[in-house]
Amino acid sequence: MVTSATGEHALSMIGAGGHHKETFITKYIFSTDHKMIGKQFLFTGMAWAVIGGLFSVLFRVQLAWPDETFPFLEQIFSNWFDEGHMTPEAYYALVTMHGTIMVFFVLTASLSGTFANFLIPLQIGARDMASPIMNALSYWLFVLSSLIMLASIFLPTGMASAGWTIYPPLSILPQASSGSGMGMTLWLVSMVFFIASQLLAGINYISTVLNLRTKGMLMTRMPLTVWALFFTAVVGLLSFPVLFSAAVLLVFDKGLGTSFYLSDIFIGGKALGYSGGNAILFQHLFWFLGHPEVYIVILPAMGIVSEILSISSRKPVFGYKAMILSLLGIVVLSFLVWAHHMFVTGMNPFLGSVFALFTLLIAVPSSVKVFNWLTTIWRGNIKMTVAAVFSLGFVSMFISGGLTGIWLGNATVDIQLHDTYFVIGHFHLVMGVAAFFGMFAGIYHWFPKMFGRFMNETLGYIHFFITFIGGYLIFWPMHYLGMSGVPRRYYDFNEFHAFNEYHDMNLLISVSAIVVFAAQFIFVINFFYSMKKGRKSTELNPWKANTLEWTTPIEPGHGNWLGELPTVYRWPYDYSKFEEGPDFIPQTVPLTEADIESDKRLLH
Amino acid sequence: MAELLEEKMISEHITLPAPNNNEGGEDTPLKVSYGKTMMWFFLLSDAFTFTGFLIAYGAIRMSKAWWPDPNVVFSGMPFLHGVEAPLGLVSIMTTILILSSVFVVRAVIEGHRMNQKGVAFWMFLGILGGLAFLGCQAWEWSHLIHDGMTPFYNVYHAGADGETVKLAVADIAKTPVSPGPPMFGGSFFGITGFHGLHVSIGVVMNIVALIKTLNGTYQRRGHYEMIEKFGLYWHFVDLVWVFVFLFFYLI
Repeated sequence: MVTSATGEHALSMIGAGGHHKETFITKYIFSTDHKMIGKQFLFTGMAWAVIGGLFSVLFRVQLAWPDETFPFLEQIFSNWFDEGHMTPEAYYALVTMHGTIMVFFVLTASLSGTFANFLIPLQIGARDMASPIMNALSYWLFVLSSLIMLASIFLPTGMASAGWTIYPPLSILPQASSGSGMGMTLWLVSMVFFIASQLLAGINYISTVLNLRTKGMLMTRMPLTVWALFFTAVVGLLSFPVLFSAAVLLVFDKGLGTSFYLSDIFIGGKALGYSGGNAILFQHLFWFLGHPEVYIVILPAMGIVSEILSISSRKPVFGYKAMILSLLGIVVLSFLVWAHHMFVTGMNPFLGSVFALFTLLIAVPSSVKVFNWLTTIWRGNIKMTVAAVFSLGFVSMFISGGLTGIWLGNATVDIQLHDTYFVIGHFHLVMGVAAFFGMFAGIYHWFPKMFGRFMNETLGYIHFFITFIGGYLIFWPMHYLGMSGVPRRYYDFNEFHAFNEYHDMNLLISVSAIVVFAAQFIFVINFFYSMKKGRKSTELNPWKANTLEWTTPIEPGHGNWLGELPTVYRWPYDYSKFEEGPDFIPQTVPLTEADIESDKRLLH
Repeated sequence: MAELLEEKMISEHITLPAPNNNEGGEDTPLKVSYGKTMMWFFLLSDAFTFTGFLIAYGAIRMSKAWWPDPNVVFSGMPFLHGVEAPLGLVSIMTTILILSSVFVVRAVIEGHRMNQKGVAFWMFLGILGGLAFLGCQAWEWSHLIHDGMTPFYNVYHAGADGETVKLAVADIAKTPVSPGPPMFGGSFFGITGFHGLHVSIGVVMNIVALIKTLNGTYQRRGHYEMIEKFGLYWHFVDLVWVFVFLFFYLI
């Protein structure tokens, strides 16, 4: 009765070594195994990260050496260069696509796609996702959307170039920018499939977490990674639909000639047929997704870091419930702050003050989390694994970038800093580099579970230090640029005498960016080399962690556990609980008298 | 033996629980199977999509000093040419859709009783209701299009006293600029079209459910949860229509 048909099916699949017959295609391509889909998201995301990073290097080259010619770049990217100089159109297109690729394709789809798929079933004790087919479908929709976006890069008219926020009327009118023709259309089509993929994935993650927990895995015994990924899915599920409506109306304006976002527009003294729309409306709809989106990016990283910091400092995570409640607080508040991106649109100052208030309030749960990470490692017996140093780097970046968020949340300060490099520095530290650090930490930590081998530690540390120092060298000076009024999205600062004195700083930023981008190939080489030739993982639980994924075989098959699913008796953070004995007690170990005594002492 | 069990289940109204795929693990906090959890969360996200559309419509409409009177625009009636019936057709459509929802509720109840024929009968009525609604919508659309309404051109404009006046079809060619607020047509076709798409998908889903009921798939499975899940979707489409009706026709 209890062992349902699917359970028996899963058991029969993992029995007899080879389980049901798998060809290369069913195992590696059209797989329904959540672990394989997680890896597929990871590989696709890595490919996108290389493209997105390359784009940023290209436009940083333009900013650092606007007067030089680059014939060798012209040979490779002939579409985007003219007489050795990058064209302004190409510059805007590269900026736009760098943002789109990094925010949506790498840090949304790939970060939560990899870790939610890989970790949720393993850490809650499930054989697979609630609907493995839907899960595979979500990945393939992501591939479809990726291919459409990739195709737009090679368009002769250029890819989308209205910024990743695609504000109308720039994004609607092909007369306004060459990228607003076919490039923008493909951007929108790609995004529709992307949203469908995110919704399928999110619904699946949520119902897996709610319905497929193993015996004893109460909600309050779930690892913080699962909590974070669960909340990420909830945020995505409620915000992406609004981007969908915004994008559909934009498609109507672009293709059907409606005027949802366009009011009377004249080109060369001639009126276009639009009337009665509202461009600010798009900004509201866009940022209703856009702001929760940054939490979609950062929440999985927060969960990964909480888990790794606790494991590597051999201490229980400090304030487990406060961690969950602060995640919940961030989720709720993230939907109430969107208009702080729009303080300069001429909104009612009272409305601005309300959004400023909520924005400052969101600093409270964020600070609770930072406090808890610091108190988790406080007086811990810290093992400086590569995953741990990346987690510490995450905390550092999150603090540095988060503090400037408080500046920008104030409407009065924001009006001065809006659309300057200050904003670029702020969000790259707090959600760009920080989220990447969370992702790297997760990859270094769970690599043995993914591929049964370890990544090379020396290369890992080199990768960390170059990225960490380089990250600060890129984004720290941007704050000074922004405070001096240097605006973002400018193609060539030599045209403006006021900004001449900042050229050296731009040079520093660009050189650092090139070095950091090059350093990422240390990671890529390490990743692929270790996948094939890395040190083999011989123990079940190499990091001495408590969570369930380390109770599976070293390389689990489809179905994850041989035999019955594990039973859970305790929370996942019993590290260094007793003076004697091992310093970790996995979740599958039943409670003892000593445990109950110790818990009583803690409660009083 | 299996037949005896089926007899017993039917006579005593016993249904098997929908499987939860977690091999006796923890109960969900929502106390529903994973399939229903998925449907609920999908509907939640879809509600946000419609909210986005309706807010866009509201923002545009509130920014206009004048908007066509729905009592004038929606006064046509199928088969009764020339008869003024303000909001007549839409009232019938709304009633049909709500009735159809009630039929599907009956189908769900019969599913709990393991009454295969009852499920099929009420589901069939539910599908008829959906098709009738779509038919009415198609008539309303073609009527408006016939009058010259497009997503970017609105024939209903303000008269001398602010009353709603229709531009004659013959004058449309002479008036290149939309006489009324053009976003009337854009938002009407866009949002009722998106809702109509939902109804169409719902009808297809219900037809699939009807076929699977008739061939005994659910009966053999021991429960009619699929009918419940599709029913949730159908009620949601109905609920959304109430808001579309409110914002486009009543206000």
